[in-house]
Amino acid sequence: MPDAVSPRGFWGKLGYWAVLLFTGLLALLWAVPVLWAFVASTRPPSEPLGRGDVWFGSTITLVNYTTAMSLAPFKLYYINTIIIVLMILGVQMITITLAGFAFAHYKFMGKQLLLFFILLQLMIPTTALLAPNFSTIRALGLFDTRLAIAIPYFGSAFGTFLMRQAFLEVPRDLVDAGIIDGCNWWQLLRHIYLPPSKSMLVAFGLSSVVWHWNEFLWPLVVTNSDKSRPLTAGLVRFTQLGEIGAQWSLLTAATLLVVAPLFIIFLIFQRQFIQSFVHSGLK
Amino acid sequence: MNEALPAVRKRKRRNPILPYLLILPTFVFVAMFTAWPTLLAFYQSFFRQRLNIAKFREPTFIGLGNYTALFSDERFLLVLKNTLIYVLVTAPISIVLGFLFALLINRAIKGIGLARLAFFQPTILPMVSAATIWMFFFTPDYGLWNTFLQHFGYSGPQNWTANPNLALIAIMIVAIWKNAGYYMIFYLAGLQSLPTDVYEAATLDGANWWQMLWQITFPLLRRTTLFVSTIAFIGAFQMVDHIFVLTKGGPSRASTVLLYYLWQMRFENQDVGKASAITIILIIFLLIFTVTNFVLSERKEEESHA
Repeated sequence: MPDAVSPRGFWGKLGYWAVLLFTGLLALLWAVPVLWAFVASTRPPSEPLGRGDVWFGSTITLVNYTTAMSLAPFKLYYINTIIIVLMILGVQMITITLAGFAFAHYKFMGKQLLLFFILLQLMIPTTALLAPNFSTIRALGLFDTRLAIAIPYFGSAFGTFLMRQAFLEVPRDLVDAGIIDGCNWWQLLRHIYLPPSKSMLVAFGLSSVVWHWNEFLWPLVVTNSDKSRPLTAGLVRFTQLGEIGAQWSLLTAATLLVVAPLFIIFLIFQRQFIQSFVHSGLK
Repeated sequence: MNEALPAVRKRKRRNPILPYLLILPTFVFVAMFTAWPTLLAFYQSFFRQRLNIAKFREPTFIGLGNYTALFSDERFLLVLKNTLIYVLVTAPISIVLGFLFALLINRAIKGIGLARLAFFQPTILPMVSAATIWMFFFTPDYGLWNTFLQHFGYSGPQNWTANPNLALIAIMIVAIWKNAGYYMIFYLAGLQSLPTDVYEAATLDGANWWQMLWQITFPLLRRTTLFVSTIAFIGAFQMVDHIFVLTKGGPSRASTVLLYYLWQMRFENQDVGKASAITIILIIFLLIFTVTNFVLSERKEEESHA
């Protein structure tokens, strides 16, 4: 769609710059909360934000980050989050590839019914089922483990569906040629179906990592101690510690600690990230 | 060789057990964590069971008792009302803003990447981090939110998260801020896939920008809008993380929505029966929105083919 105003003529130019200015201001407005949090996190503890200038302190310091790290076991939270996210990612990559391949390649009895059964997960999101799933986790003896946080996501309807779609795009002639060459199912999947579908797998993987890095409610429900608690649940506990109170520089430092790794990766791979989110349509 | 192909296709694409084995892992996890809990919640919703009261610890069948108790409880009706306001306000506003952002940044000039980054970055943040930042933003007196509003003549109450009239609005503002940029990227992808020749023809016919927006861009982006509205509405029902940080559902349930209430019922009140009934009610809401969207997309599809 073309621009509202073309940068020709005096009024055209004026309108063009007005739209750009508006875009810039709106963007600034959207960025302010995070920028402000960053500024606040570098404020020395001796200059509380409640009194004095909220934007400029006398100096910039990283002491809030080290204090936050010492007040709560953020290192452990990091390890937990990373293990949980990678565990989910690893298992999902396998389950969705295998199931997607079966649905795309084979003809078998009950195929539509099985696909519908799996797609139920799209209509009834796991988040809504936290109460009964909690009972299951208890019954399995998994309460307060990292596995408890990860296990409900090991099978993914959305991932299965995406991989099926990607595999269906692979030209039939290519598949038939592979069959004639005597490929077994694993070779077909590995050498014919997967190579052109890799971008879809990466797209799903990236959004899976972001989604599970950020998840809070389910981990809150199934954890009870720091040994399994991820960053999000740890941060909320931290904000509620009595001795923290309204020490904003400390709170914002802790918040940015939780955000930092994902944010830095995002800044580096911005284009791929946005592409992935569009492809997978899933947080 | 070509004659052999159909036979190859038939023979090799059938296998008595392999496809079932390949699907098995996914099937097992979906059965365990989607199908089974749905059935369990449905079953338990007909029983009274409270884990923190000794005489109600064992489940007793009470028929529709949990449902009638909920629907005759003013607190629950308030929660339902809050939920509908929350979903029906945040989803459309986020979608419209997402579309606006996409229109604004869909141009190839230097620095536009920064604007895209600014709009999109809240999507990457965990909701609890976003909420912590906003808690600071909403602080009375020196919080930037109130300072900002005062420049525009605002003189109302300052404590947004603790004010019964403002708490739900505060929750909605954070949700909109967090999601608009997420919907933007779908519109951006949609805008960039539009055929340019249609616009060239329209320009030759003397159509102005507004006409092109309403008569070409919008209809062509119908699929994007349907997709975005499905994920926006379904997502809004599930987005409660920030409530834990900002308001805890208060003051006096003014910012409690269904999923948060479900959590409270199960893990604070230890009321398994009512929590199960709320789970079923939540699922019904989600299904209504999913099916409505599906039906709408099918119907519009037919119209456009006619």
